[in-house]
Parts: sequence; C-alpha cells; structure tokens
Amino acid sequence: MRKVYHRIIQMAGNVITIEADNVSYDELAEVHSASGVSLAQVIRLQDEKVFLQVFAGSRGISTGDQVRFLGRAMQISSSEDMLGRIFTGRGAPRDNRPEVIDKMINIGGPSVNPAKRIIPKNMIRTGIPMIDMFNTLVESQKIPIFSIAGENYNELLARIALQAEVDVIVLGGMGLKYDDYLYFRNTLEEKGALSRTVMFVHTASDPVVECLLVPDMALAVAEAYALEGKRVLALLTDMTNFADSMKEIAITMEQIPSNRGYPGDLYSELAARYEKAVDFDGAGSITILAVTTMPGDDITHPVPDNTGYITEGQFYLRGGRIEPFGSLSRLKNNVNGETRSDHRTIMDTMIRLYADYKETMEKQSMGFQMTRWDNKLLKYGKLFEQRMMDLSVNIPLEEALDLGWQTLAECLEPAESGIRTELINQYWPK
Amino acid sequence: MQKQCKDGKLCRGKIVGINGNMLAVEFDEHVIQNEVAYAIFGDIRLKSEVIRIRGNRADLQAFESTDGLKIGDEVEFSGELLSVELGPGLLTQVYDGLQNPLNKLAEKHGYFLKRGIYMEALDHERKWEFTPILKVADTVRAGDWMGVVPEGIFKHYIMAPFTLQGEWEIIEIAEKGEYNLKTPVAKLKNSKNEERPVLMSQNWPVKIPIACYKNKLLSSETMSMQLRTIDTFFPVATGGTFCTPGPFGAGKTVLQHAMSRNAEADIVIIAACGERAGEVVEILREFPELKDPRTGRTLMDRSIIICNTSSMPVAAREASVYTAVTLAEYYRQMGLNCLLLADSTSRWAQALREISGRLEEIPGDEAFPAYLESRMASFYERAGLVELNSGEKGSVTIGGAVSPAGGNFEEPVTQATLKVVGAFLGLSRERSDARRYPAIHPLESWSHYPSVVPAEKLAIARNFLRRGVEIGQMMKVVGEEGTHGDDFEIYLKSEFLDYVYLQQNTFDEVDAACSTERQRYVFDQVLHILNNNFSFHDKDTARSFFLELRQIFIDWNSAKFESAEFKELEKKIMNKVKEHNNA
Repeated sequence: MRKVYHRIIQMAGNVITIEADNVSYDELAEVHSASGVSLAQVIRLQDEKVFLQVFAGSRGISTGDQVRFLGRAMQISSSEDMLGRIFTGRGAPRDNRPEVIDKMINIGGPSVNPAKRIIPKNMIRTGIPMIDMFNTLVESQKIPIFSIAGENYNELLARIALQAEVDVIVLGGMGLKYDDYLYFRNTLEEKGALSRTVMFVHTASDPVVECLLVPDMALAVAEAYALEGKRVLALLTDMTNFADSMKEIAITMEQIPSNRGYPGDLYSELAARYEKAVDFDGAGSITILAVTTMPGDDITHPVPDNTGYITEGQFYLRGGRIEPFGSLSRLKNNVNGETRSDHRTIMDTMIRLYADYKETMEKQSMGFQMTRWDNKLLKYGKLFEQRMMDLSVNIPLEEALDLGWQTLAECLEPAESGIRTELINQYWPK
Repeated sequence: MQKQCKDGKLCRGKIVGINGNMLAVEFDEHVIQNEVAYAIFGDIRLKSEVIRIRGNRADLQAFESTDGLKIGDEVEFSGELLSVELGPGLLTQVYDGLQNPLNKLAEKHGYFLKRGIYMEALDHERKWEFTPILKVADTVRAGDWMGVVPEGIFKHYIMAPFTLQGEWEIIEIAEKGEYNLKTPVAKLKNSKNEERPVLMSQNWPVKIPIACYKNKLLSSETMSMQLRTIDTFFPVATGGTFCTPGPFGAGKTVLQHAMSRNAEADIVIIAACGERAGEVVEILREFPELKDPRTGRTLMDRSIIICNTSSMPVAAREASVYTAVTLAEYYRQMGLNCLLLADSTSRWAQALREISGRLEEIPGDEAFPAYLESRMASFYERAGLVELNSGEKGSVTIGGAVSPAGGNFEEPVTQATLKVVGAFLGLSRERSDARRYPAIHPLESWSHYPSVVPAEKLAIARNFLRRGVEIGQMMKVVGEEGTHGDDFEIYLKSEFLDYVYLQQNTFDEVDAACSTERQRYVFDQVLHILNNNFSFHDKDTARSFFLELRQIFIDWNSAKFESAEFKELEKKIMNKVKEHNNA
C-alpha cells in the first residue's frame, strides 16, 4: 500500500512541493482536491522535498489536500484500439468513449541507436510543386512549417496528411483553438481518414502542463506502430506553444533562462521529440511534420531558430505561399536523383532565376531602365509564381517538371538558362 | 579496478537530490574531482561524472536518464577519470560519446539505446599480429614505439604507456606472433626497480591532452580538401584549426561531409556532436561503400565516427568531443595526420550551458558559463603538428562547425571560436539562398594558412571579387545604364569567377573533388580570362558572352582532368575568349 501525503509545503505556479520519502524521479502522483483528481509528475527531488508538476494546474489546491504516489511514470496504450480515437494531453478520452488500457507503454522512451537507422529513400508525394519539385518530402523526415499567426498552416498540414500515402496518422495538437481542433477532426472524418488517425489534443483552454505531454504521447504511440512495421505520419501543431509551456515551467522552477526567457535545454528538449522521426532498419517509419509559428515573423526567435537546427529543413509559409527562399528539404537529394534525370537541375535553375527576378523587381521599383534580360526575367518570375508557387496548384511531380521546362522555354534562350548542354538537348521543348 | 576506501570497501555515497541529469550525492570518505561514479538502479549502473564538490556533497552529471532513481539510492565511486581505451581496432568503429560501440549495441540490444548498458570499446579476444621493434635492455619513454601491428592499411604502433614517468628499461618483450589486447607484450622496469606490464591497449583520460612528443611545430603545409574555395582562397593547414559557422540550411554539414570524404589526411575522425542522427546515418551507410581513390580501400577504413546525436544524453555530448580528440591524438602518436571534424561545437557549448544552469552557476553572456572561452581554447589547442620523440611528425587538424543562434556571428560561441582558430570559413545565408554552394562567404572569410596558388595571383582574384561586390552594390543605386562599361565588365568577371571557380557541385561525380593540380591549372585559366582585355558593343553582348563562357566552363568542371573531353572543352573556351578579344 502506497503512502498518502497530506501536507503541501509550497505552491508556485503549477509546481507543488511536499515532504515524502521513497519517491522516484519522474514518478506520477494523484492530487485529490476539492475540484477533483489531477495527475502530477515528480520533476525534482531535493533531500526530503519532492517537487511535483500538477497537470491540471495548482489553482484550487489546498495545502491539506491528499497526494498519492502511483509508483510508475506516465504511460499510454499502444493498442490498435487507439485508432479513430481522440484524447487529451494526458491521454484521457476526449470523445466520450471508454479508456484504452491494454498494451501500456512508457512515454518519452530512449533514443534510437543510430546504427539501427537507415538512409531515408522514399519520396512522399504531396501534389504541391513547391514541395514535390523544390523541397521534396521524404519518408522519416522531420520538417516544420514555419509560419506566422493568421496563415492557414493547419489547412496545409491537413492537406499534406490526407494526400500522403501513410498507414497511420498521429496528430498532436498543442494550444489549439477549439475551432482548429474541430477543423482537423471534421476534415479527417470527411475524407475518411479518421479511422487511421490517433489524436492527442490540448486546446488553448486546457491546463498548460498537459501541453507538455502532447508530443511525447503522440510520438510514443507513433513509435509503437512504427515498430510493428507501419508507416506513421506524426503531425505536431503548434510546437511554439510547446516551447512556451516549457518556458513557463522553467521560470516557475527558478531556472536560469538562456535566451528570451527560454530554458538552456530548449534545443535538447526539442531535439528529443523531433529525433523520434526514424526509418527503422527492418520495421516501419515515423515522419514528423510540425508547425512552428514565429512570433513577429522573426526566424531568429529561439524557437524557430533551434528548430531549424534540429529538423531536416523547413517549409516557409508566408502570404499563403511556400516561399522558395528559406524553404528547404535537407533530404531532397536522397530522392530527387531517382525521380527524373532533370529534377535537380530544373530545381536549382528555376530557383536561381527566381532570385534574379527578385533583384530585377527591386531595380524596377527604383525606376531603373529595364534591359532585355530584365524583361525576360520579369516574364519568367510572374509565370513561376503562378505555375509553381500558388498553393491551389495540385499536379504530380512529372507534370510539374514539364511545366518547368515549358516556362523556361517561353522566357529564355537555352544558353541563358545555365543548364548543361546534355540536358538541354534532352528536355528543352522544341 | 575500483577505488577502495580505508576499510577496504568500495567508496560509496547516497543520493540526496535529483534535478534532471544532475545528482547530488552525500559521501563519507574522499572523492576525486571529475572521477566516474555509478548510480545503482536495481541491477543496472548508471554512469556519471563528479563535476563539483561542496563539503560532503558532490554534484554528479549523469550520462543517462535519471528516471526512477530515488533519494537514498547508492552511488559507487570508481576512482578513475573518464577515459577511453586506445589500441588496434579503433578504425572503422562507430562509438557514442563514451566510446560504447554502437554496432555491437545494436546487435545485442536492438533498436534503442537502453540506459546502463556499457560495452567494451575494443574487442579483447581478437588477435593481432605483433612484431617487436625494440628488444630487451632498450630504454623507453612514454609514447615510444615498441612494436607494430597491421591495422588495415596502417602500421599501428604499440607504444609505451603514455602515463610512464622518466626512462624505463625493457626486461621482457614478446616475440613476433598473434596476441590479444589483454596479453602483456612487454614488461618494463624503472630505476626504482618498479615493474609494469605493457598491453597492446591502454586507457587515457579524455580531458587531458596526450603530450608525449618533443616539440610542437608551426603548421604551414596546406591540407587539401579538394574544394576550390577552401584550398585556393581559405586554405586549411595540416595541424591547423578552422571553423565553419553558418546559419541553419547554409550547408555546414554537406561541407563537412565533403571534407571528410576528400581531405588528404591519413585518419578522419568525425564527431557528430548533438546534431541530427540522420546525418550520421548517411556516413555510417555510405562510408563502407565509398572508395578512397588514394588508397583503394573504403573511406570507412580510415575513419572513426563518434556519434552522440541530439537526442542522446547531453552530458555524454559534452564528453564526445574530448573522446574524439583523444583518439586523434593517439593516431598522431603513430606519425599520422589526423583530421577531426566536429559538428557542431555549438551543441557542445550548449551542453556546457545546460550543465552550468543545473549547477546554478552565475551565467555569462546568453547564459553560457564564464569558462566557455577557456574550454573552447583548450580544446582547439589540442590540434597541432608535432615532432615525436622518434623525430617523426604527426598532426591533429581540428575543424569545428558552429551553429550560431539566429545565424548571428556576434554570439558567444562563434566569437570564442574565432579567437582560437587559424581559418574562418563563414557560411552565408545569402549565398545558400542563391544556391551558390559551397556557401563560404568569399569576402568575410579568412585564413592564416598558405594557399595552393601563389599569393600574388590570389590577390588579383580577390580584388575582382571585392570590386565585383562594390560595383554590384553601386549598380543597385545607379542602375546598369549608369555603370561604366569597364566597371560592368569587372562585375561580370567577378560573377564569372564565382560561378566557375568558387562554386562547386558536390553531387557531380567529377566536380565533387578537385585535386590541387587541377586547381592550379584551372585557376590559371580563370585568371587569364580575368586579366584579358575584352571589347564589347554593349552590356547585353557582354552579359551573354560571359553567360555562354560560364556554360562551357561548367561543362569543363565536370569533365575528368586531362581527358579528351577536358582538352576539347578547354580549346572551346580559348576560342570563345578570342571572339571578343581586344588585342
């Protein structure tokens, strides 16, 4: 029989302190208060003092309330019955259906041995030229959508999820607006994808500590499925909310902040989640597509900055378009050599010319005389935006490549493209 | 071997606090600063290191997750500093930051890195063919070559233990034959008649440099990376240090991988420190397949990979760069040139910051600890070209990637690094956005080491680059029509130089590696074009001329050196140049 503790000696933020013995680090406890039972987790031990982070928040907890330790860490079921279900951040059903309690696993498990990973080599087709052609998404990639509040990043996330060929979708929502949560649920349901989806949703009105659990919950389930050979796509939105929750707890615990109030281990904590993306040697895979909103559209803000160093590229969504500059898929070269022999060249050439177009635009706006070359670029740039960047375009890669050649041929002479002669002979429209 | 307290029992302590991976431990007897200790958790032992002592309490950083530990749990102190095992069999291995062999772990324990599992770094059973160099009655000092075993294509010298003090006499030495690592191959005696055995492997504490050499020499010979921008414009010297800072996405890792493949070093040690696991996997899977053209063996045969990626424990990340440099120093002692590539030193600095934060030390700039600079300096100072006791030369060259927060080079880690390195290869977002790879900034970067081309020729090319940027800036204000024809030509020439020489396609089979000889040859041709006096009717003609010339040149870059195609394209270039020749 586990002991029950009755005296809480300190409360600061969502962290309560009691004096107890035989408690292990990371253990779970139940706090019984007038407003109900909340889970809490041990986050620090100091002599006889035990610091607990209360998931439902400390509001309403009395110093005389009961704390009962459970003798285990946070767990979640990895059973097939999770599919089609929706849970809160701490794993309680959100859909008024019974709890799932078989095949329980610990969350936040150890990292994968790099020797057991394989080089990702399968392209995930999305039908979006800015992704397929210029920044190819690859199975087991971890890649965020960098965006700002007000952009329709959740729509983009849902669209990619629905078009991608994967076995299971795991959605982790952090600080979601209730509307966004309903949007995801309804969209997945309408397109018949809900039955292969597990959702962990923390909405903006839920206790902040539960937000911290969402990625670990979602990724633990994803990992269990991947080990069974499934190809899993994990969607995490919005990781900035996750980082902000971490900041809140760190400040409460009087940790020394490193950069704009974020804790010094922000990088390691984000990496521990993103690194769950994996292609197992001899089993399935996890692909992570996340959303990181950039406060003030500032890419040097600690959250997008640290994220960029961890993830394998980023899609930069601004003004309803995926920006060609700043967007990058680090794994694209693993797959775009196999698609078609002109893929890499067309990709590089079109982006380089678009950069030249941008320069010409600057010149034009300053009122300089346009040369013949400038006029060619102006024509090219407009076509590029219309045919490649517009998110409403939905065409397979091969068609997009052909369209690329056509665009080049409409605007330039072959020699002006800077493409190797061999390829020009093969692909330049006659 | 474990440390024993006065009463003959193991030195022990009890946990009194847990905060993340920091353990506070109360002890009775004595502890040694930086000694290794193990927290006992059921039947597993979690490795940790003493990093601060106050009264009878020691702060330990655990190299593993501390989940499940309790107040009152036992800790065993080992009495030994964090060490690595050095001996034949290190090459081709893949280790974590604490020298656990990852392939063997994977074989035995599957997909995950379970905590508390440590394996021998070297195979103690495997037999190596030992040939003695010295004989009985010879005297040795620390680091002297006593025998040799073949390790792949290298002569792996078995050296007198680095811990020896003064001169020792050999009283026994094994005959030529096969021995495993735990069989003594020699016995030594000193003037006080103390005896000690010599094994083919020895341990060395990672945070202390191996200093068994006569002199440190000036690094003045270029180590070719077969990358034009580096070897010609910002060279690296054998035994030198360099850093490659850059914002994310600027191509730091692609550049480091290119260097690890092409560098003209004997041994390459790659320390993947706190970066993506996927990047290491590429090396792990590709190196055993890729041929090293100079030796005919695979690249793996000359490599050791230390892999402590971002989701692996942070304290082990801190240790990993030291593990890597210690292995490099070990092979240097055999008269080899070792290149250590650390990606990324910022993650290492962040590990220091995390640990310092948990210790509640007074923070410095951006919460990095005040000792950041001295730690960085002492790490880079472990590089160098040395003259060994035998007169042979060996070297350790260190290249560190730096990942500055926000891509801003003013931040503490970049600044601390710049103070101690000999070459700065700054990667720029501007260039990588424009797909100009490698994105090394041609004006902001610098190097103190000698180039593969003569300095006076280089000065001419540099001048074109500088003038080109100036004119480019000016053109933004006055427009192309307001730019003088001569200036416009300089601008086009500098762009030409950028496209055909600075930029290099790492994905092109031929262009990926450009030999020193080829660099000298091609550079002369480029210089000839830069110095040529052209005459153009108007700017459009000039532009299309250089575009066409660039086109042929790019084809030329992907033609095999001195092949028929190469010669033909060269002729084509010369003819093209004549089209608008003024002379």
